[in-house]
Amino acid sequence: MSIRERLSGNEAIATAMRQIDPDVFAMFPITPSTEIPQYFAQYVADGRVNTEFICVESEHSSLSACLGAEAAGVRAVTATSSAGLSYMNEVLYVAASLRLPVVLAVANRALTGPININHDYSDSMAERDSGFIQLYAENNQEVYDNYLMAHRIAEHPSVRLPLMVCEDGFITSHAIENIELEEDAAVKAFVGEYNPEHYLLKTENPLAVGPYGVSAYYMEARVAQAQAMKNAKQVILDVAEDFKRTFGRSYGFFEEYRMEDAELAMVIMGSSAGTAKACVDELRNEGIKAGLIKLRVFRPFPGEELCKALSACKAVAVMDKSEGFSSCGGPLFSETAGACFNLDTRPKMIDIVYGLGGRDFTVAQAKRVFLRLDEIRKTGETGPVYSWLGERSAV
Amino acid sequence: MAYNLKEEMNKKERFYPGHRLCAGCAAGIVCRGMMRALNPEDKAVICNATGCLEVSSFQYPFTSWDDSYIHTAFENASATASGVEAAYRVMKRKGRLSDRENFKILAIGGDGGTYDIGFQSLSGALERGHDFTYFCYDNNAYMNTGTQRSSATPRFASATTTPAGLESVGKKQAQKDLTGIVVAHGSPYVAQTTLIGNLKDFHEKAHRAIYTKGPTFVNVLTPCPRGWQYPADELIDICKAAVETCVWPLYEVVNGEYRLTYEPRKKLPVEEFMRKQGRFSHCFKSGNEWTIEVAQEYVDKKWEELLKLCK
Repeated sequence: MSIRERLSGNEAIATAMRQIDPDVFAMFPITPSTEIPQYFAQYVADGRVNTEFICVESEHSSLSACLGAEAAGVRAVTATSSAGLSYMNEVLYVAASLRLPVVLAVANRALTGPININHDYSDSMAERDSGFIQLYAENNQEVYDNYLMAHRIAEHPSVRLPLMVCEDGFITSHAIENIELEEDAAVKAFVGEYNPEHYLLKTENPLAVGPYGVSAYYMEARVAQAQAMKNAKQVILDVAEDFKRTFGRSYGFFEEYRMEDAELAMVIMGSSAGTAKACVDELRNEGIKAGLIKLRVFRPFPGEELCKALSACKAVAVMDKSEGFSSCGGPLFSETAGACFNLDTRPKMIDIVYGLGGRDFTVAQAKRVFLRLDEIRKTGETGPVYSWLGERSAV
Repeated sequence: MAYNLKEEMNKKERFYPGHRLCAGCAAGIVCRGMMRALNPEDKAVICNATGCLEVSSFQYPFTSWDDSYIHTAFENASATASGVEAAYRVMKRKGRLSDRENFKILAIGGDGGTYDIGFQSLSGALERGHDFTYFCYDNNAYMNTGTQRSSATPRFASATTTPAGLESVGKKQAQKDLTGIVVAHGSPYVAQTTLIGNLKDFHEKAHRAIYTKGPTFVNVLTPCPRGWQYPADELIDICKAAVETCVWPLYEVVNGEYRLTYEPRKKLPVEEFMRKQGRFSHCFKSGNEWTIEVAQEYVDKKWEELLKLCK
């Protein structure tokens, strides 16, 4: 039986963590994710969890401690944002290559500079090649649900990869919304116990972790890791299927919103999807065949499925809420365009970089993007493939 | 029970031969000794910082370590150990490990991974009070990458980033007093040792550190024949010279109380230590004699300070 509540995204994650009761939580404070360990610290203080809660001296150390704990044989979690995620960078790659299924909550926030605490995806997009699975969410409910599925995906024997549960900084992390929580016992039963086969603290069979791998071995390790990321696709779907059976809410790689006969589509992530959906509804009322794809899983990238979903469209706008500084588009665009390249007939595609550092994104702006797509549909002329939305002109 | 090297050597080896450490490298002796300092019935998890030891002792698919071992990166051996220790505590509490299954958490890193890049992680783990022992095998420079200076490199040593030259007499700064800094963290057991005689000093300190509850630290001067430039078979002489000149005094600090564990009968001049090593050869050239005087003054000053602390 679900429980109706009103929670912020941070409290929703902390609640999921409390219900799962991880063995080790290593934390370092950073805005806006800090509330997660703060809520959790209170659960520890009140004896509601049986977790070793370690307040370390940096994010580099928080993730390193999680690696030690996971390798030692237990479930380890942490949370971070922005510069904190960047500071973890080296260890993120180590986590993935050691195949340690740490679950990391990320409240997405812009990277410096200028220093800014508000939302965009520059932090986690910078880590898209780290080997972490990345799940994104539109609202607190999706964040909570993603978190309940996270350990099962990450720890699956055919995957064994670390995973980021991402939420939009402040927009989702701090805004309080209605949410349906699940019963503690139901969550525990769904997530299950963590019983790895090999671990450091196994008395009868010691384990060596983190070798020097010379050229004769390195590539095999990387290919195995890449294969695990491919395997994660099916596991994500299987866990979602079980989640639907258990709790009734349905998830895939992405959500297709009014895409049945859509000619114009927007590919977008996170909370902005809510704004863009309102725009799609308006346009549909005006008779314009607009649709939207909200990407939930960015790693592994569901290229095949995404390109299939977009194949019937005439024009597509990919919405990048991070600047990749490639001079030809953001990361979501390059991946989406790449995925569609081998289609026999493919939609025209443009990239819109928007919302950087928490810059507001409105229904009116979304409408301008769709109207541009409509022009592209009519004329067949793409115009500038890569442009910004919502910035003031240079003075 | 009195220390007996012969008996100690009869213990089962827990750091196996076949590793790729250089001939004459002291780090291998430190590892063997560290593992002998464990009670045979206790298991260990070794958390190793990136460095010579890591790349030489765990080259896939071979390992020299009989016990569980983890290497994650250069600067985070203490943070990794913190996580292992937290996992150990929670597994004990939840009954996943029985009362009879005892592990000791050991971290080991070179001076680069301890004095420099791993310093923050070490300080954090000491402050948090994890029950683990950190062994620093201090070979006075970044030896794995080719003898670049570290904050453990002594003044006047020629390193590849502080080479002696026409206008240079080697490194300009003295060695960081890491042992003292660890003492300032309030650790219950801190010791400085090296490989002398029948390894009694090293063994007793290692054992005491491992079997003292809380974060403990053993700083081991670990000569490197390549970087210090001396013949590989002179290891024990070099260690002895470091101790007899008081360049590397042997002492321990138990709950803040300093105790000398060896006092040279006659303190030898510092040049007895420096002369044996190519890294100081420029100090003996005409016009550079002052460097030896300055090095002597520094050693004398530090020794006097230590004697005061030990009273």
